[in-house]
Amino acid sequence: MLSRVAERMYWFGRYLERAENMARLVNVNASLLLDLPRMVKQTWGDLINITGCSDLFYDRHEKAEERNVIRFLVAEAGNPGSILSSIRMLRENVRTTREIMPSEAWEQINEFHIFVKNNVNSALKRDGRHEFLDAVLNFCHLISGLLSSSMSHGEAYNFTLIGRNIERADMTTRIIDVGCLNLIHHPDSTPETYDNILWMNILRSLSGYQMYRQHMLERINGEDVVAFLMRDKEFPRAIIHCLDELNECVSRLPKNDYPLRSISRVQRAVQELDVIKLMNGKLHEFIDTLQVDLADIHSQVSQTWFDYSSNEVLAEQDQARTG
Amino acid sequence: MNLKNYKIDDYYDELLNPKRQARPGAGKLINYLKKLTPEELQKRRYAAELAIKTMGITFTVYSQGENIDREWPYDIIPRIIPLREWQKTEEGLKQRLTALNHFIDDIYNEQKIIRDKVIPAEILKSSKNFRKECTGMKPVFGVWAHICGSDLVRDKDGTMFVLEDNLRVPSGVSYMLENRKVTKRVFPELFEDYNIIPMGDYPSNLFDTLCSISPRPLDFPEVVVLTPGIYNSAYFEHAFLAQQMGAELVEGSDLVIGEDECVYMKTIEGLSRVDVIYRRIDDLFLDPEVFNPDSMLGVPGLMRAWKKGNVALANAPGAGVADDKVVYTHVPDMIRYYLDAEPIIPNVPSFSCDNEKERSYVLANLENLVVKPANESGGYGMLVGPHSTRRQRQEMARLVKARPRNYIAQPVIAISTVPTLSDNSIEPRHVDLRPFTLQSDRTHVTAGGLTRVALVKGSLVVNSSQGGGSKDTWVVAPNQGRS
Repeated sequence: MLSRVAERMYWFGRYLERAENMARLVNVNASLLLDLPRMVKQTWGDLINITGCSDLFYDRHEKAEERNVIRFLVAEAGNPGSILSSIRMLRENVRTTREIMPSEAWEQINEFHIFVKNNVNSALKRDGRHEFLDAVLNFCHLISGLLSSSMSHGEAYNFTLIGRNIERADMTTRIIDVGCLNLIHHPDSTPETYDNILWMNILRSLSGYQMYRQHMLERINGEDVVAFLMRDKEFPRAIIHCLDELNECVSRLPKNDYPLRSISRVQRAVQELDVIKLMNGKLHEFIDTLQVDLADIHSQVSQTWFDYSSNEVLAEQDQARTG
Repeated sequence: MNLKNYKIDDYYDELLNPKRQARPGAGKLINYLKKLTPEELQKRRYAAELAIKTMGITFTVYSQGENIDREWPYDIIPRIIPLREWQKTEEGLKQRLTALNHFIDDIYNEQKIIRDKVIPAEILKSSKNFRKECTGMKPVFGVWAHICGSDLVRDKDGTMFVLEDNLRVPSGVSYMLENRKVTKRVFPELFEDYNIIPMGDYPSNLFDTLCSISPRPLDFPEVVVLTPGIYNSAYFEHAFLAQQMGAELVEGSDLVIGEDECVYMKTIEGLSRVDVIYRRIDDLFLDPEVFNPDSMLGVPGLMRAWKKGNVALANAPGAGVADDKVVYTHVPDMIRYYLDAEPIIPNVPSFSCDNEKERSYVLANLENLVVKPANESGGYGMLVGPHSTRRQRQEMARLVKARPRNYIAQPVIAISTVPTLSDNSIEPRHVDLRPFTLQSDRTHVTAGGLTRVALVKGSLVVNSSQGGGSKDTWVVAPNQGRS
């Protein structure tokens, strides 16, 4: 399969996942924030921190207030992580690889794009927001379902999964990070009820609340939530689950030595994690390394399968031929 | 549907004779159409539109700074050509492409035809599509143009003429194939009654043709389709043909030339050697080292690889020298010169503005002639005399005088019509026909071709970029034992 096509399928996977994550994040947090008392530290600015786009945001907006934040995350073409930008990129990546995708999926993606373009402004108003974001989530599920059931699970599909799982693991790390910064740094100033609500909110942001409850029979507490999101092998948004899937996908591809090595290393680090120690001040540091590791997996994938500075590879091939 | 009001006028109609009776082969179709109510006919049309939408058959138009994918315009009533007549046309097309390939090969090598004064040397010197970089090349089988799309028109008395030969990157074949699929969905019952020669084997014939010119005699040569990308109006076709042949659809940036001067494509397994490139990029964009240095579409070094014989290009660079419209006027001479035969399909009588006598005739009769630039395609820069304004004619006269070599003129041909569904009735609309000919060690012609139809009443312009549509084309054999 052509490297260019592989790369576009990879980004297709990432953008689809990114759009879905963003829609859920905004949806859950927006409704929660309206309920919380002022004394609770979580603010609209946290949503910006989660996405790691603070610089870009403050270049364009003065204050992190509801209207600006929502506009930035949902409707701004200048923010490459916004829902609007993600869908545009999603469509662009498929448009250039149409011969690979099942035609129904292409049609749905087109409709998705048209829907977002026409309705994105309704997300800026409180009364239309939920409906819009729900529709975005539905489109995302529809498209991944279509691909899963009507596209051959070969190399092209594999690359969409790689993109999806890297993006997904990345989002989980960000949500844990920001949520925990608030909770851990201000344990005394936050009443316990709200502490609970915030942990629940973190789970809901990753659509993990129900699954958590089914697995962990105790009441909600910080250690368990972090442990669940880090290394529950069965929960699809848990970091270890994403890494396991990545490992599986990459194992099916040729020349996978380097990326596979990086992935296995991170898998081990997550599995051997001591959560209690982590909760005593080491979490943020650990999450930082984890994000660097994910970025590293991305560049391994990209160097192995997408980039060829042609001469190097040719030299390599020449050696293989003569040697 | 009533055909009593169908006006045949002065044109040749492909399905009905002047007495509005069905021509040979068209009887069943006409009877069938007569039995359908206007509502039923509209229903079929909606079914066709739906099929085109769901099959994703589109073409791209560039308008207002944006590329828009439009649904392919298609008329449900097919055009019919009896097999016996078609066989003669087919022979004519084979003869013509053979002569054209002899000509191209000769021009880039000995130039015998010029030395023997059959064709004037000046024509070559001023040709925009002559590529001096190709001189001395000897592609395998002596074939330069492997894929040719010829535009045929039928005149008032029913004679078929060749209007143009397209030897660079002719397009339309995917629409020909898709039209057939749509018609099968819309009129399945007619296929029961007719013996329609299938044409669905084109992609596999194309693949065989491409494989046969591979520089490495392997069982499985690596064939790719090289596209300029999604912004090209024929991108749908590039993707379609790649998919149908099971070949990779590549862009220039997917290919590199190795130090061994072979072509490689970048795959996830590493670099993989490419043997044959079906290129859908014009010569001048193929290789920035040799041609347009700003081209982002091509592959630096591709011409080196081709000249070394390490990769085959279809069509070969430089093949366009023979689809120049001035060269066109000499094709009958080529057929006589190289094949020692009379042309089976005639040229449309043409005046070459390069020739002083013919030029003064053209300038004096602009009102009655069609004047065409020698090197354009898609109907651009053309003057249709009878439909032109005085100002347009004055402008054309100025252009012709300034660069006579760039223009030819032809009498207005009253091109034939086919019954076509318009809003609520069936009316005649003008058509041409583009069959596709493949040549390597063997020659193959599609059964029929793409019928393009001018959907606007009275219009003679059939190009899809200018409001034209299309029809399925049936070459029908007499029924043998099938009822």
